[in-house]
Amino acid sequence: MKIMHALLLSAAMSGSVAAQTVTLEVASFPDLDRGIKAAIPLYQEAHPDVEIKLVSLAFGDHHNAMTTSLATGSNLPDVMAVEVGFIGKFAASGGIEDLSKPPYNAMQYQDQFARFTLPQATGGEGNLAAIPVDIGPGALFYRQDLLQKAGVDESAFSNNWDAFIEAGKKVKEKTGAYMVAHAGDLKDIIIRSDLEDGEGIFFDKENNSLVTSPRFEKAFKVAKAARDAGIDAKVKAWTSEWTEGLRRGQIATQMMGSWVAGHLANWIAPESAGLWRSKQLPDNVYASWGGSFYAIPAKAQHKHEAWEFIRFLALNKSMQLEAFHKLDAFPALVTAQNDQFLQQPIEFLGGQKARVQWKEAADRIPAITVNKYDTIADEIVNAELDKVLLHDKDIKEALADAHKLIKRRVRY
Amino acid sequence: MSAVMERRETPAAAPVKSRRRWLTRKTAPYVFISPFFILFAVFGLFPLLFTIYLSFHYWDPSTGLGGMKWVGFENFTFVLTDDWFHKSLYNTFWIALVSGVPQHLAAIPLAFFLHTRLSRWRNAVVGLYFLPFITSTVAISLVFTSLFSRDYGLINVLLTQMGQWEVAGLRPLGWVFPTENIDWNDPGYTKWVISFVVWWRYVGWNTVLYLSALQTIPKDLYEAASIDGASRRQQFWHITVPLLRPMMFLAITLSIIGNLQLFEEPFILTGGLGPGGTSIGGPDQAGKTAAMHMYATAYIESDFGTASAVAWLLFLIIAMMTWANNKAFKEKS
Repeated sequence: MKIMHALLLSAAMSGSVAAQTVTLEVASFPDLDRGIKAAIPLYQEAHPDVEIKLVSLAFGDHHNAMTTSLATGSNLPDVMAVEVGFIGKFAASGGIEDLSKPPYNAMQYQDQFARFTLPQATGGEGNLAAIPVDIGPGALFYRQDLLQKAGVDESAFSNNWDAFIEAGKKVKEKTGAYMVAHAGDLKDIIIRSDLEDGEGIFFDKENNSLVTSPRFEKAFKVAKAARDAGIDAKVKAWTSEWTEGLRRGQIATQMMGSWVAGHLANWIAPESAGLWRSKQLPDNVYASWGGSFYAIPAKAQHKHEAWEFIRFLALNKSMQLEAFHKLDAFPALVTAQNDQFLQQPIEFLGGQKARVQWKEAADRIPAITVNKYDTIADEIVNAELDKVLLHDKDIKEALADAHKLIKRRVRY
Repeated sequence: MSAVMERRETPAAAPVKSRRRWLTRKTAPYVFISPFFILFAVFGLFPLLFTIYLSFHYWDPSTGLGGMKWVGFENFTFVLTDDWFHKSLYNTFWIALVSGVPQHLAAIPLAFFLHTRLSRWRNAVVGLYFLPFITSTVAISLVFTSLFSRDYGLINVLLTQMGQWEVAGLRPLGWVFPTENIDWNDPGYTKWVISFVVWWRYVGWNTVLYLSALQTIPKDLYEAASIDGASRRQQFWHITVPLLRPMMFLAITLSIIGNLQLFEEPFILTGGLGPGGTSIGGPDQAGKTAAMHMYATAYIESDFGTASAVAWLLFLIIAMMTWANNKAFKEKS
């Protein structure tokens, strides 16, 4: 009798708990997951009935795991973090909710986000795959001390690419430092220049490759000129040679997302605090590096709660500011971008108010479209650039070959 | 044995009887061995068969299982006419030969030396040679990456110090050693560096194989030979080498299979994938092996069908090489 009673009681209790609490599974990766960790207590204040389970894997593992889950349609989280490099692929997969449709109707928030972000997350069929939480406006970081030592005019050296390469020669001659990590970095920026809203980097709307356009020709020419001038260290970003080069002041400039300032300050080159400065990218280019989004898988268990949580992360100003202040994640939400925090000097950059500059860049970055074949095209263009840099292959020929290879590989 | 079984069966209580229904003397062995076969079927056989099925389809895995498209032999014709696949195959064979042949040329004399000259310290020395084989490939490759670093690596420091060594204003070693840092990332060096690391890693493994074979050669053969006045060198060429043949066959077969599937060492030495995710095999793809090409096709290009086709073509090539090796060893004996 007593046992029966206890059983009934526990059954009743678990029943009532199950009716109220929803466990929302969120899959993310470092450092983005720190934003989730900060959000959980704040979110639960308003939503005590929602429990949030965070599953965080390393960057590459996370996207591999999500690809596997989408492939098999199992083990999918309710909220899925997606880095911008994978959006094209995931948006084309059909396994992600289209947030532009009801019940989400996310296009109503279009004007609240940095203008280039939603097109980045839009698939070929006009489906909106994800909502942005942070962005990476591009900037040119440079070692002021090295440039001064070489007698380079700080205000003019990034006006155009010729000036940039000339400055690089002076820096190399006077200080021994390389101007850039890799000649390919210049190519990566130039292929993103002169783009209009609605254009893609590698493809037009009909999936035709654009790699034989003057944009790519100029990019290859400048990269080759930098290599011939001996101003690139021939090291790829994120290798140990690269971090060591930045740490020892052997690499004088780095063009990347504004977030790289945090990496430099925290672990790559903390000793060089105060020596770095930030500037807009050379030749009036505005581009973005990285950027994080959240999506809802079509087979998610709790879509309604997932959408509520994503809206909290992306559209709640105080949450966006929390991530901005604490993690230095540049907000995608425009109202959060206009915060006082912009005016705060950055110690690592010698007290420069660089966030104002990054905000200006964010406003000017064109709304380019993504294609699920972008990674393949990027791989092919890099392979052809290697041939130009290492074997003096003719640039027009290399680009024509890249065009052929892309056409061959983009099969379906 | 049967007596024991009978004694157990006669006073059978109810639970034993019910268990006996499926766990009989005939079925028990299969039940007990089934965990292996179940695991093998799930993690070995199924993926194997699935890749055959996949190789005839186009499949981007993020589109789910419903996204497969039948394409017949198109993946195979695509791979066979693909320059990148040809290049990766060339790299694979280059590294397999340059790292593989010296492995055996060094391991056999080394094993002979350990066998004949060392007795007390033999196991300790063998252990030292074996160490690279059991150490994580990732750790090894990371250490060599930093050793071979152009501006900060120990190898360049040593080489250039030798090259710049001055005596009375002259650099007597300058014509042998470099006076400036060598860029080991240059495509001209990539395959040499990978081959060196692979050689270094597997020489100990082959030495252990040969040493174990040497230990099975009867001592009286050597005694008889030395009574007949055979020198150590003659003993090596006329007793050791012929009797090592079966082990050579095994060791070379393992080398062929291992070297043609080479992935981890070149992958990490050439910088892995990196967050950019699109460079594989180092500058000019000089260190991209066939297995890396397969990986890139699957995980960069999201084309699992073509990647499966690469896997099966690679399998066929390995099978052919193993068959040729088999034939070569059979014919001579």
